[in-house]
Amino acid sequence: MTTLPHPLHDTTVTLVGHEFEADLVVDRRTMATDDVVALQLRATGPEALPEWSPGAHIDLVGPTGITRQYSLCGDPSDRHTWRIAVLREEAGRGGSAAIHETLREGDPVRVRGPRNHFHLAASPRYLFIAGGVGITPLLPMIAQAEASGADWRLVYGGRTRTSMAFRDELAAYGDRVLLQPQDEVGLLHLDGFLTTPQPETLVYSCGPEALLTAVEQRCSGWPSGALRLERFAPEVIERSGEERAFEVVLERHGVTVTVPPDRSILEAVVEAGVNVLSSCQEGTCGTCETAVLEGTPEHRDSVLTPEEQAANEFMMICVSRCRGERLVLDL
Amino acid sequence: MTSVAPTDAPVLDGDPFSMETLADPIPFDTAVREAGPMVWLAKYGVWATGRHAVVDGIFRSWGTFISSAGTGMTNTKRETTWRRPSVILDQDPPDHTATRAIMTRLLSPRTMRKLKEQFAAEADRLVESLVARGEFDAALDLAEAFPLTVLPDAVGMAREGRQHLLPYSNVNFQAMGPRNRLWEEAVEQAGDAAEYVAWQMRREALTDDGLGAEIYAAADAGEITEEQAGLLVRTFLSAGVDTTVFGIGFALHSLMQNPDQWALLRAQPSLAKHVFEETLRHTPPSPIIGRTTKTATEVDGIQLEADQKVLLFLAAANRDPARWPDPDRFDITRQASGHMAFGAGIHACVGQLIARLEAECVLSAVARKVGSMELVGEPQIKYSNWLRGLTSLPVRVTAA
Repeated sequence: MTTLPHPLHDTTVTLVGHEFEADLVVDRRTMATDDVVALQLRATGPEALPEWSPGAHIDLVGPTGITRQYSLCGDPSDRHTWRIAVLREEAGRGGSAAIHETLREGDPVRVRGPRNHFHLAASPRYLFIAGGVGITPLLPMIAQAEASGADWRLVYGGRTRTSMAFRDELAAYGDRVLLQPQDEVGLLHLDGFLTTPQPETLVYSCGPEALLTAVEQRCSGWPSGALRLERFAPEVIERSGEERAFEVVLERHGVTVTVPPDRSILEAVVEAGVNVLSSCQEGTCGTCETAVLEGTPEHRDSVLTPEEQAANEFMMICVSRCRGERLVLDL
Repeated sequence: MTSVAPTDAPVLDGDPFSMETLADPIPFDTAVREAGPMVWLAKYGVWATGRHAVVDGIFRSWGTFISSAGTGMTNTKRETTWRRPSVILDQDPPDHTATRAIMTRLLSPRTMRKLKEQFAAEADRLVESLVARGEFDAALDLAEAFPLTVLPDAVGMAREGRQHLLPYSNVNFQAMGPRNRLWEEAVEQAGDAAEYVAWQMRREALTDDGLGAEIYAAADAGEITEEQAGLLVRTFLSAGVDTTVFGIGFALHSLMQNPDQWALLRAQPSLAKHVFEETLRHTPPSPIIGRTTKTATEVDGIQLEADQKVLLFLAAANRDPARWPDPDRFDITRQASGHMAFGAGIHACVGQLIARLEAECVLSAVARKVGSMELVGEPQIKYSNWLRGLTSLPVRVTAA
């Protein structure tokens, strides 16, 4: 048994692929606004939590078993607590409402991750644009931008001033932060910031789809790569807490294997005696890429572009699963 | 080295970089692995580990075991190095994040799908010409010749000056080790290779349709600076050639030493990629990599101080009997995945897909076009502080 200063080796956590998964405890619960609850989560043991960088999110399995993703919005150097903020969404499937109503300090919550698809790239200048609870991934980005000495601004829109979370923390940055409550100034004035592409500036935006679409349209004249978006609501893949079993046909081997809920396709294939190459086992390196002959994968990798995922020609069998009952793979 | 000897930790007195150890490294690898989860190398005042679970865990604990103080023997925060630190290898997040993302995107599966056809055609052409010759040096004429053609072409490097690539890379890898005679000789032999590399890193020296041009496109898009782009192009010139060269050479050597495995490959050429993967496990060309403790920490009850070097003995970890049964056996049918030859975690070799593609093309061509393959001379090993490989592998082949 090897013990390392690393949470993956804590006996209280289970390792799925190489992803951290554990029950944390709600350490502190505060209302950031009437609709947004900020949860500080803490590990049950003395071991440090996995490291993360600004833009990262975690899966949180809520009291109803619904898994949703939440951006980490605390301090990355705090290795013992994580902070997330949850907007109560009346139109949702009840996941956020259950978190608001039933999660209390001291309660356990199951989390997985962290993962990061919204990395902050190095830049001398940044423009951050937040809508509503979309402020959460931007908070640690802003702290990092400030610490790196970058020149940055935040434009932060919300319905009303009091509906906008973390105003108090942002006040410390003075006039780098522009608050734009809709009931006071109307919709976010994006034109003044985005119409003319700014040199050596990266734009990071997170918020409702309407805002992101507007930002994208206005950034059409910017260099490609200058705009980075995080779509937190509509395109989040909501996974039920329970994974499903499915069948995988290995066409060239003439073998059919069942992938149980707690195993990856890769594991099931290897257990069936089929030798396939893999490396990272977290959907980042591309080694286990496999051609899909039939069926629809549920892509969970960070290798393929959205277009490639939609084409369903290839999949990373270390993390991705199946949308239906059966996949036929070129193995 | 300023580190003081620890108490209550296993200590080894040998020298992993002596000519004797480099000539026959397995006994020292074994000693490191068997001494304990973490062992103090007294000669250099650094830590070492050769256990698979520990090496894997340290790779994934990148916040505690950092790369930004250098990944060789030199603590680059205290001493200057022979060249500017890499903008990807010798960095921690967040500085590592943007450059890594670009290289990951560039060296993605979709790029491999584009390169595969030309790589396979070039490998077939080369192997056919060697089969026609009958006798040749498989280390030089095949294992070295192939990557030295296809990789610079894929990057979009000029035809001129490529003879400087291996001498430059040799200095780079010798410099990862201690300042010994090997390092001095490498610097002498390199001549003006560093000037060549400085020239070839520039945007103007690259074709407009290669991987190098794509790196500069990322600079144009504001993802990285122009200067970072040049240093990323440099990574292709320094890390991408002789590691693959030596890996292919070892694969060919292992196949000749294990006729049963060669027969398996000939019967089923699609096993080529498994031959390479097992070679990487059994005989990794890049056997050691370093990290530095950011803070005091503990590994399996052994206390490490802050700012100490830790050498990860990847070759030793790859023969850890706790991870693989009968680890010294070369077996292309085993599950070699999980080996540490490419590292693991956020710094795992970003070029691993292209290395695998190159090797698979060569080994597949050999499997299809060569009937018999035998050694006709003594293989010569490469003496390097940081790499293992063959500089000569004389063979005689017949056509399939």
